[in-house]
Amino acid sequence: MKKMLSFIRKEFYHIFRDKRTMLILIGMPMVQIILFGFAISNDVKNVRVAYYAPHYNNDIQKLVAKIDANDYFIVVGKCTTKEDINHALLSGKADIVAYFDRDFSKIGKKGSTPTVNLIIDACDPNMATMESTILTQVINDYFKNPAGGTGALLVPHTRLLYNPSMESSYNFVPGIMGLILMVICAMMTSISIVREKEVGTMEVLLVSPSRPMGIIFAKMVPYFTISCLNLATILVLSVFVLKLPIAGSLIGLILFAMLYIALALAFGLLISTIMKTQVSAMLVSMMGLLMPTMLLSGMIYPVENMPAILQWISAVIPARWFITAVRKVMIQGLPMAAIVKEIAVIGGMLIIITGLSLKNFKKRLE
Amino acid sequence: MNDEMGNKVIIAENLTKKFGNFTAVDHITFEVERGEIFGFLGANGAGKTTAMRMFCGLSRPTEGKGSVGGFDVRTQAEQIKKNIGYMSQKFSLYEDLKVWENIRLFAGIYGVKEGEIKSRSEELLHRLGLYEERDSFVKSLPLGWKQKLAFSVAIFHHPKIVFLDEPTGGVDPIARRQFWELIYEAADQGITIFVTTHYMDEAEYCNRVSIMVDGRIDALDTPRNLKEQFGTTDMDGVFRALARKAKRGD
Amino acid sequence: MILKYLLEKEFKQFRRNPIFPRLMVAFPILIIFVFPWVTTFEVQNIKVTVVDDDNSTLSHRLTHEIENSRYFNLVGAEPSYQLGLADVEKGTADVVLDIPRDFEKNMIRRSGSNIQISANAVNGIKGNIGSSYLNAIVAQFATKIASEHGLKVQPAVNVITQNRFNEYLDYKKFMIPALITMVLILLCGFFPTLNIVSEKEIGTIEQINVTPVGKASFIIAKLIPYWAMGLIVFTVCFFLAWLTYGFAPQGNVLLIYLDAVLFIMFMSGFGLVVSNNSATMQQAMFVMFFCIMVFILMSGLFTPIHSMPQWAQDIAFFNPPRYYIEIMRSVFLKGSNFMENWFSYMMLAIFDLLINFWAILSYRKQS
Repeated sequence: MKKMLSFIRKEFYHIFRDKRTMLILIGMPMVQIILFGFAISNDVKNVRVAYYAPHYNNDIQKLVAKIDANDYFIVVGKCTTKEDINHALLSGKADIVAYFDRDFSKIGKKGSTPTVNLIIDACDPNMATMESTILTQVINDYFKNPAGGTGALLVPHTRLLYNPSMESSYNFVPGIMGLILMVICAMMTSISIVREKEVGTMEVLLVSPSRPMGIIFAKMVPYFTISCLNLATILVLSVFVLKLPIAGSLIGLILFAMLYIALALAFGLLISTIMKTQVSAMLVSMMGLLMPTMLLSGMIYPVENMPAILQWISAVIPARWFITAVRKVMIQGLPMAAIVKEIAVIGGMLIIITGLSLKNFKKRLE
Repeated sequence: MNDEMGNKVIIAENLTKKFGNFTAVDHITFEVERGEIFGFLGANGAGKTTAMRMFCGLSRPTEGKGSVGGFDVRTQAEQIKKNIGYMSQKFSLYEDLKVWENIRLFAGIYGVKEGEIKSRSEELLHRLGLYEERDSFVKSLPLGWKQKLAFSVAIFHHPKIVFLDEPTGGVDPIARRQFWELIYEAADQGITIFVTTHYMDEAEYCNRVSIMVDGRIDALDTPRNLKEQFGTTDMDGVFRALARKAKRGD
Repeated sequence: MILKYLLEKEFKQFRRNPIFPRLMVAFPILIIFVFPWVTTFEVQNIKVTVVDDDNSTLSHRLTHEIENSRYFNLVGAEPSYQLGLADVEKGTADVVLDIPRDFEKNMIRRSGSNIQISANAVNGIKGNIGSSYLNAIVAQFATKIASEHGLKVQPAVNVITQNRFNEYLDYKKFMIPALITMVLILLCGFFPTLNIVSEKEIGTIEQINVTPVGKASFIIAKLIPYWAMGLIVFTVCFFLAWLTYGFAPQGNVLLIYLDAVLFIMFMSGFGLVVSNNSATMQQAMFVMFFCIMVFILMSGLFTPIHSMPQWAQDIAFFNPPRYYIEIMRSVFLKGSNFMENWFSYMMLAIFDLLINFWAILSYRKQS
């Protein structure tokens, strides 16, 4: 036991001595969570609107001012010719051109229904849909159109649960947490262990009389500590800077995240037992973890939108379970009982991955 | 450049290199004559490699002056590099390239003509007994062969001076003897040899040796004079007498 | 010509690398065949639970309308709003539609009837789009009932939406240029990053540094293989996208290639700068990981730049992939010409010059 402690101390010393790497390991997740927490968003905001109105009048002027006053839209200018409309869209100077047709000269007169054509750059289909929905609403409001023609017959009330102000960060931050923790933890362990293999210091350790399991354990402790430190800073920043709620149990959240960290470290260990060089370990942790985590975990793109086969594949991505659970506990404020399944999956993966890597490790020794 | 200067191919005057508070090389002063085999001795950590890296233009001196082949180590590093060959302590040819590919690469970099490279490298490979291995990857060669190859690459472009940093580390006495035969051959062609080693028997092969202790040069003379001065029968005794004073450990 | 020998060396080493050539093949396949199916925000299969307190003909008709829509799956009916909410918490439902008592009576009497739509908005986009789809269905339903009962509503102004450039709102079409960008970022970014620093760790750089080789030749010889690789990968992705999805560029192919060349030059130069300034591969890798996250997540690749807060947009102004993606989408999807994108081309060219100069300057032969 005493030997174990001195081992762990040695490992700590070893890692903490490299100031530059330490700074990267601690500082990088902090910057990332803030940067991406704010920046990754698909709110409809600052959409650039131009307009074309051959029969410009008071109504149009007021409407345009109203659109501009809105948080969603910025009016960038007026198109004077039809070519202008194309140019504005093609050069990306405007996202939407509102085309007020000639019936606007007779607005308000009986029997005339002027038309506003919203010509939208629909390259990004979802943004286009949301932008047109909102702009249509603004125009309808202005002309006191009955919303969608329902009249007083039927009035739908919409409630947006858990995220009433529609903050993108509520959706994305748990994903960013899952991504950062997974990639950093796995990369840091795999690279350092493979590095020792490459340099040859690992062999020296392994021929020493201490048991290999002990060595592995001693190596993991400092990384686990660093990862927990990262978790703490990420949570603090999420709450105080990004203003995310922790609606559920904080202790439960932390314990669950620690389980996830252990899994990420085990992944790193597994990679290090398979790979021979730092370069390959890095590429595998990077390509094998970064891409799938970013794309298949539901961090940005909802899992249920994927074809069935990809949904199955996403089930083996740990971050998927982590993200679902964090959304439930942190944002929705559900009790821990609601994430029993996620805990079980992450725990099961941890056992399997640790088992596999220990087996690999032993085989290498024999 | 006068005649006297012309004969001194390496000059160091109070050459010093500091890393933070640590003075790796501490005001060394000496000269090496053209055509000499100059042995640069010292315990591990005495500062040999650092000093050599300054002469090769790999490391900028903190203080003092130095010149190699008439060029200043501080300001004319690239000119120096045209005139020297270098073999580092750690084998540093490309292991994922084949034997002939390594030779071709470095010959090309030093500006040997395309037409000459092929004939000269075949001749060289025959001489080294590596001709059969020309298509092998360097990583598959035994250490002794790697060292011979590295040396040949270092002198392939006929440099004026060649710097060898522990060229025979880790190989058996027979391989070391063979290696020294290559060194003598090169010296016969007029190449000045600047070699570090910690094998004292090898020091006997040098025209003159210097012994570095804790970053300073404590002795410099022919092996015979040094032995007389310290009253010993072999270089080992000289070395031990000096090394006792060392404060830096390994 | 020293460059020739250096290039021979770099190409041989690249070819012999156990991983690089394989990734060069694997990536385009993944990117074109798998990821377009993933990167979709198309909101569909929204799970709806209905709490029907009215249990009338009209409420059944409304439920039926929703069931028939392609966006919604009716997953259940709950006797109370609380139980409906519980379904959302369990994740079995995304939206609860609450139809109040007297729904039918109030509608027919024209006294106005309220219904409540409660959407799980943790995923903002899904909550938003889901509830607006549901609103649209409800509105349609109301219009239908109104006309059945002889009630005509005449709007003051018609609003019509025309979707340009991507009429069928195909998300894959939007994402493929972006995904090709992602491959280039990863390949042309990571490979060079590992290059010089690994020569440092192995020690081979020492043997090079002691030769009179010019800094510029050495760096350019390192860059050229990555340019070649980038262009090959780009071309393969391009053809696969065309063969698989029939997506052909709307604009001039040469403009797209000019864009790709400029961008590939930037990424490889950037990789070498990181490599030159790192002492160990581990450091280089972490720094690159950070930068690549910024490149990908702050370039408009997944989420639009104009949705970011102003300070983040200011950062994105200095994010070169952003310009590359803008040109790609603009020329590929919209068919715009050079003049319509001159600013982005210019920015890319400036970044190229700066970063490649830096790559040469930061390679130090003397310590």
